[in-house]
Amino acid sequence: MDKWIFIIDVEACEDCNNCFLSCKDEYIDNDFPPYSIAQPKHGQRWMNIERKERGQCPMVDVAFLPTPCMHCDNAPCIKKAKNGAVYKSNNGIVIIDPDKARGQKDIVDACPYGAIWWNENKQVAQKCTMCVHLLNDGWKKPRCVQSCPTGALRFVSGEDSAIAQIIKDEKLEPLHPEYNAKPRVYYKNLYRFNRCFIGGTVAVQKKGVTDCVEGAMVTLYKDSEKVYEAITDNYGDFKFDNLEENSGKYRLEISARSYDKKTIEVDLIASINVGTIML
Amino acid sequence: MRAEKVFTNLTNGGPVRVYVRDGKIVRVRPLELDESDAASWRIQAGGRQFSPLRKACVAPFTMVEKARIYSDARLKYPMIREDFDPAGQRNPQNRGRSGYKRISWEEALDIVAGEMKRIRETYGPEAIMSRASSHHNWGNIGYRTSTWARFFNLIGFTDILDNPDSWEGWHWGATHAYGFFWRLGMPEQYDLLADALKNTDLVVHWGNDPDSTRGIYGGQESVIWRYWLRELGKRQIFIDPFCNYTATILGDKWIAPRPGTDAAMAEAVAHVWLAEGTYDKEYVSSRTVGFEEFERHILGQEDGIPRTPEWAAAICDVPAYTIKSLAREWAASRTMLAAGSRGGESGACRQAYGTEWARLMVLLQAMQGLGKPGVNIWGTTMGPPYNAGFNFPGYSSFGPNFLNGFARKTVENPVKQRIYRLLVPEAILEPPIHWLGQTFCGQSLEQQFIPYTYPLPGHSEVKMFYRYGGSFLGTMTGTSRWVKMYQSPKLEFVVNQDVWWCTETGLADIILPACSNFERADIGEWAQTGGYTHHGSNACNHRVIVYQQQCIEPLYESKSDYRIFSELAERLGVGEEFTEGNTPEDWVEKVFNYSDLPRYISFEEFRKKGYFIVPLPDDYRPTPGLRWFYEGRECDTPDHFNPKRNTEKGKELGTYSGKIEFVSRSLKDHLPEDEERPPLPRYIPSWEGYDSKLAEKYPLQLITPHPRYSFHTHHDANSSWLGEIPGHRVFKEGYYWRPVRLHPSEAKKRGIKDGDIVRLYNDRGSVLGIADVTERMRPGVVHCYYGSGKYDPLEPGNPASTDRGGCVAILTPARVMSKNAPGMAPNSCLVEIERREG
Repeated sequence: MDKWIFIIDVEACEDCNNCFLSCKDEYIDNDFPPYSIAQPKHGQRWMNIERKERGQCPMVDVAFLPTPCMHCDNAPCIKKAKNGAVYKSNNGIVIIDPDKARGQKDIVDACPYGAIWWNENKQVAQKCTMCVHLLNDGWKKPRCVQSCPTGALRFVSGEDSAIAQIIKDEKLEPLHPEYNAKPRVYYKNLYRFNRCFIGGTVAVQKKGVTDCVEGAMVTLYKDSEKVYEAITDNYGDFKFDNLEENSGKYRLEISARSYDKKTIEVDLIASINVGTIML
Repeated sequence: MRAEKVFTNLTNGGPVRVYVRDGKIVRVRPLELDESDAASWRIQAGGRQFSPLRKACVAPFTMVEKARIYSDARLKYPMIREDFDPAGQRNPQNRGRSGYKRISWEEALDIVAGEMKRIRETYGPEAIMSRASSHHNWGNIGYRTSTWARFFNLIGFTDILDNPDSWEGWHWGATHAYGFFWRLGMPEQYDLLADALKNTDLVVHWGNDPDSTRGIYGGQESVIWRYWLRELGKRQIFIDPFCNYTATILGDKWIAPRPGTDAAMAEAVAHVWLAEGTYDKEYVSSRTVGFEEFERHILGQEDGIPRTPEWAAAICDVPAYTIKSLAREWAASRTMLAAGSRGGESGACRQAYGTEWARLMVLLQAMQGLGKPGVNIWGTTMGPPYNAGFNFPGYSSFGPNFLNGFARKTVENPVKQRIYRLLVPEAILEPPIHWLGQTFCGQSLEQQFIPYTYPLPGHSEVKMFYRYGGSFLGTMTGTSRWVKMYQSPKLEFVVNQDVWWCTETGLADIILPACSNFERADIGEWAQTGGYTHHGSNACNHRVIVYQQQCIEPLYESKSDYRIFSELAERLGVGEEFTEGNTPEDWVEKVFNYSDLPRYISFEEFRKKGYFIVPLPDDYRPTPGLRWFYEGRECDTPDHFNPKRNTEKGKELGTYSGKIEFVSRSLKDHLPEDEERPPLPRYIPSWEGYDSKLAEKYPLQLITPHPRYSFHTHHDANSSWLGEIPGHRVFKEGYYWRPVRLHPSEAKKRGIKDGDIVRLYNDRGSVLGIADVTERMRPGVVHCYYGSGKYDPLEPGNPASTDRGGCVAILTPARVMSKNAPGMAPNSCLVEIERREG
């Protein structure tokens, strides 16, 4: 049986919010029994775009991470729900039955991803349904994917083995594998969101004039082991990305022809622009 | 689901399918093309083939149309201000303060028509002033250049001259360097996407956030092009005090100058090229005039100040070595300058002396061979392959009166008196006023030098204001002036006709509720404006022409604008002249028959299907913008309004010399002594900038760029879901606040934390917002998008009150950019910011 997954490319998301807004358009004021009741006008984010700003002015980037329900194959919400109020469809979609789930706030708390929302008024847990009512009606994509202008969101179905091959070929990874929930949402370029960088600019002073250094060799060491090497670009800039946050002390060695080698230490907590390093 | 009917309509941000059940809209989704539609274009570049998505990539605000249609902010019934009595006390001083009561259409239209008659008879037709805003709706028939314009031009009125508010510096400045006055200073963009993909190495976005300004009406259609550029290894540099949305994703380098200093950086770039000889000498000698004088100026031989990177560094607060590296990379690469074209208007041109920066942008690209393969001025939001041979009119294709193209009898406004939009409050409160230039004008360079006076001799002052659609309080400058004006007894009568309650609505005496374009029929093409943005639909990947089907009945007691104006015309005795017996559907059919559509599709089929995709000819031959000029050929692009095209001067630009003018001949001829827009452009310190005296009191520079998630003031306050986007508004303490972005160092100095409610203030007013403490700002600068759809003074009706709606336009200076260039300068604005107490 073919099952659905979302594939989300973090680098291709520009935070336009078409996905978030088209989800609102679909679900606010609309009930789609037996899969969903209307989303309240305010407060719920079935397609929640998280934002991560990295670095310091003027070396800054931002990653945008669309996070819907993960439609987990080992879903904590299913285990938590009473009366089978949350169930897994044959096509991989996790559905909260709005009637059976009434009064079960535990379902919201069960989700480690924070992807389930509580409707105070209707006393029911709610979330993304992958627009199952539209798929049943012949649509090929849920609303969020249909309105995405960059292809950052993709909606793919296949047998388990075919899906496994896509994940391998495209080097996809789930969010928080340590939750062991086996999500059906896979990410590309996730490092842009959950990893960090060390960057900076190399410059020299010559006859009272400061100039940046193109072609300086910058080497990054962790303990005494070499992690990365980089050559500064035409602005004197270097950037080591895909490092682990809170990963402790690093050493940067900067060398350029005819200048003394320079060493600086960085205690890496989050992305950092070390600023201008004068040789 | 089976009971759903599907309609097609068109919005400011793209075409949509509208699903309706039981007379109510269920969903609004972007249009998808199907197999029967024309094929998409293909571009080969870098060993790859590029082709667009087969769907409309709409703007985010298009995705909130359902919320906007059913918004609580809809005007439901005609209303009259409680303490307004046309036969007795009018209480104009209470505009903005008093409540409203519901009245019938009969009463409302009788009052409006009665007042119009009285004012026309007492003072003359010129005593009625009116103006529309841009694009609260979309459609060629039932909208401002059609319905509104036909009505007012028929009866005669004092029109308000718009200013080109989004690209001021290009209109008032760049036209004097390279012409293109017929495009209000923005250059042609034909076929520059393929040119960039094939030939460009580097894109320099100068004050450009194309993902947010989107070629104005092109939705997110061009986003994918910039990803393609990256995939092909082309670098993208961003120069902007704010690390804008496009930069956060695609920026290879962010350079953050102080606002208002961009012209100094531009001069320093030229200095590097001159010092190192890295410019196109052959082009400069054969395609430009005045270069020697420019060279002398840049090298400091004129005034002893060489415009070196070190000189600029102290002004811009950007390291000299960064400016040098920028200049060297720019010269060593085939570089597109992404500035100044449609959608790439930039904050740098909405400043004091923004003319100088815009002119320097043209001159820098002239030094690199503007028009050479891969080298152009291209905002990255227009210019895919385009069938310009297919005729379909935009709303401005027949000048200010679209229906003149189809009516038996055309109408022209008999009143010669005009008011300039930026000076409307002064015109009403302190006449006479004077200004130079026909402002929004594209017939000639000379129009910019016509002196205007209001009131025109022999004419009455304005006594009545008929405001239609949208609001200026969030888009103009120093806008509490407008509130003061509305409260003046000199305005005896004020009407506001709109679909939603906007910021000027509550300043009227009578409110007339119109319906949205989903509640009536119309016809239009996506992003096709016509007029000064000839071929505006070249911001989209496909030309999409839409029969805008009526999806639902007008809500509440609202009526179409066409019906409202027809009924008013009837009362004024010109009903037949106004409609000529046509229903809106009749006009739609006339437009259809005028266009090339009948060659491809029958009216019935078009009406039923709802849209048509214009095919590209099989033998499509690209004609990249300005390539003809670079190669010394006659203009071969479809830039039909270029007055020299197909004449003996076909090889020339629109300047007096026909070349790019380092020293402008048009300025030298008309205003040779003007030191604020001198014939030779240069950096001029701002009259309200980082080094002004006022900065001691208000040390922060406020920039107010075009909003990312809304359009001017539209969609913001009347579309509930939009407020859930944290980059747009943030919900706290029961209210949706506008984010105010500032650097952590500035926040720390003032004890401000992320998420605090803050007060932005200066001598012109104060506005509350919510702090977004971010490294995306450079120090010394505060950022808040203009275009708040909300003006929510804590003391209603008091122009001096603090506003909590986020209407930062009340803080910006009303002063125009320079003595003789009356553009607006909202980004020359000093403020202080503090945490709101309590």
